[in-house]
Amino acid sequence: MRSLSLIAATTMREAARRKLVALAAAVGGAFLLLYGLAWDLAMRSPHNIVHAPNRAFERQGEGLFVLMGLYAANLLVATVAILAASDTLSGEIANGAMQTIVSKPVPRRVVILGKWLGFVALLTAFQGAILGGVMGIAYGFTGYAPPHIAAGCGLMWMEMTLLLTVTLLWGTRLPTLANGVLSLGLFGMAFLGGWIEQIGALTHHPKAVNVGIVASLIMPSEALWRRAAFEMQSPLMTALNLGPFVSASVPSGAMIAYAGLYTAAALGLAVFAFSRRDL
Amino acid sequence: MPNELAIEATGLRKRYGRKLALDGLSLEVRRGEAFGLLGPNGAGKSTCLKLLLGLARPTAGTARLLGRPAGDVEARRRVGFLPEHFHFYDWLSGAELLELHGRLYGMEAGQLRRRVPELLERVGLETQGKKPLREYSKGMQQRVGLAQALLHEPELVFLDEPTSGLDPLGRRLVRDVIREQRARGAAVFLNSHLLGEVEVSCDRVAFVRAGRILATRDLHAQPAGAVRVRVRAAGAPAGFWQRYGAAPAADSAPAREVELAGEGEIPKLARALVEAGAAVYEITPVAASLEEEFLRVIGPEAAEGAGA
Ligand SMILES: Nc1ncnc2c1ncn2[C@@H]1O[C@H](COP(=O)(O)OP(=O)(O)OP(=O)(O)O)[C@@H](O)[C@H]1O
Ligand SMILES: [Mg+2]
Repeated sequence: MRSLSLIAATTMREAARRKLVALAAAVGGAFLLLYGLAWDLAMRSPHNIVHAPNRAFERQGEGLFVLMGLYAANLLVATVAILAASDTLSGEIANGAMQTIVSKPVPRRVVILGKWLGFVALLTAFQGAILGGVMGIAYGFTGYAPPHIAAGCGLMWMEMTLLLTVTLLWGTRLPTLANGVLSLGLFGMAFLGGWIEQIGALTHHPKAVNVGIVASLIMPSEALWRRAAFEMQSPLMTALNLGPFVSASVPSGAMIAYAGLYTAAALGLAVFAFSRRDL
Repeated sequence: MPNELAIEATGLRKRYGRKLALDGLSLEVRRGEAFGLLGPNGAGKSTCLKLLLGLARPTAGTARLLGRPAGDVEARRRVGFLPEHFHFYDWLSGAELLELHGRLYGMEAGQLRRRVPELLERVGLETQGKKPLREYSKGMQQRVGLAQALLHEPELVFLDEPTSGLDPLGRRLVRDVIREQRARGAAVFLNSHLLGEVEVSCDRVAFVRAGRILATRDLHAQPAGAVRVRVRAAGAPAGFWQRYGAAPAADSAPAREVELAGEGEIPKLARALVEAGAAVYEITPVAASLEEEFLRVIGPEAAEGAGA
């Protein structure tokens, strides 16, 4: 227990010392600034979606604008999760620092779980700040808050954790660069698959929908986002089945459960692979 | 009842793909003993350490450390290890590195406050403790690595080529540290190909080549069998040395090396010299140097590496 928190804390300290935290704060800050600027312009422009003929329509425009912000924020968090985690195991294995750690009286599973916890904590803080910032800015301008914030953010948190865990898993076997490429590639594939499914559903192509489902089974990250978007869109959009992030084909509860199990299995596999490998 | 053996390895075998790095290596190291593993590059010395520490899994064979199966977490609690290429998080300072390692060993904060400065001083880094490791030279990193291995007063210390990158003072430091560890009662397992270093530091050495131990030698034991002695004597009759197979020398009291059948022959030689009317200045047994033995046991062809 002590070693677990020690390793988690060391992981966070590393992120702080290697300026990862400062950099993430700068990127996140810039992102929110830009988003705020967009709102400001939108509010001032006379021809904008957020100025609809009546209040109900206006809400739709606001909701869409919030989802857009969340969409970009979610992409940013996912990329940061993959990039931040891709070097942590492979880098230390390659330079030999891991040998000194692992020859201490600490089981390897504690080493990898400690790192995982450290990253989960760091990325949760980052994600919380960005998602909170997006919704806070929108609320500040319009007083609009999306529905089901807890569920939506929870789903996006699941996506972040999933990507982090998978990247750690590859890190037990692959060198840093290969790991980054593979993890980003899987993420990109799921992303494309999600859009294919979406378009397939809108145009009634069941084959395309199946392609999307298979992509989600291979890597369920995008399914989590789409479910989050579905939860957080306004009820009217849901009823009308409208909007670009939404969810002509909504990932089922089973898919969400699958994503959770997938993450747990990836973590278990990472512990196993790391415990068995030669260092 | 504590086990008398610090290390007990039987039939260790390690295969990396098609390469057999260790081929049935067995060895025993007693508690409190300094043991050296000598061998050419690629002989399997580091691999042997990795298997003992549980960093890699043996393909076959078993090992025990301090009475526990190697790879067991508890077996590592009283073990210190300086890896071949010591490298650590360069964003930590030397003192922080030692604190982190101390806590991984399970040491308490109070203990660490005492031990960390003590060890920094011991390895000659007392003024560098606050500096980040990225500003350390290679030798300074090696020194913190050494400190890290000794922090918790382990009962068994593994040093894999501890003097690599060290200046002459650093090499001397390593020698002194090994002596201190033995004085404390700790066993030391030293990997090296620097014969001189091993000769002064170890009680026993094993020669490895191609993943196998070819011979072990007790550095304190008197050699059984033939001994060489260095003799300086003047005035022995011309025919005297022929009996010993040494050539007559022109010098008045030249040094000659002669081979005797056993130690018991040394006093006999002395007596014979005196009786022959010679003036004896010196009779010294010459231990075969470790280097000679290394070359004899390992063979010159070993330069190409293990079983390559
Ligand atoms: N991870 C690995 N993968 C493949 N082969 C390896 C690996 N580690 C070691 N070997 C091979 O095993 C053999 C023994 O290597 P080892 O590092 O144990 O030698 P060594 O005696 O420590 O040599 P040196 O004196 O150069 O440090 C070498 O032939 C090496 O190529
Ligand atoms: Mg080696």
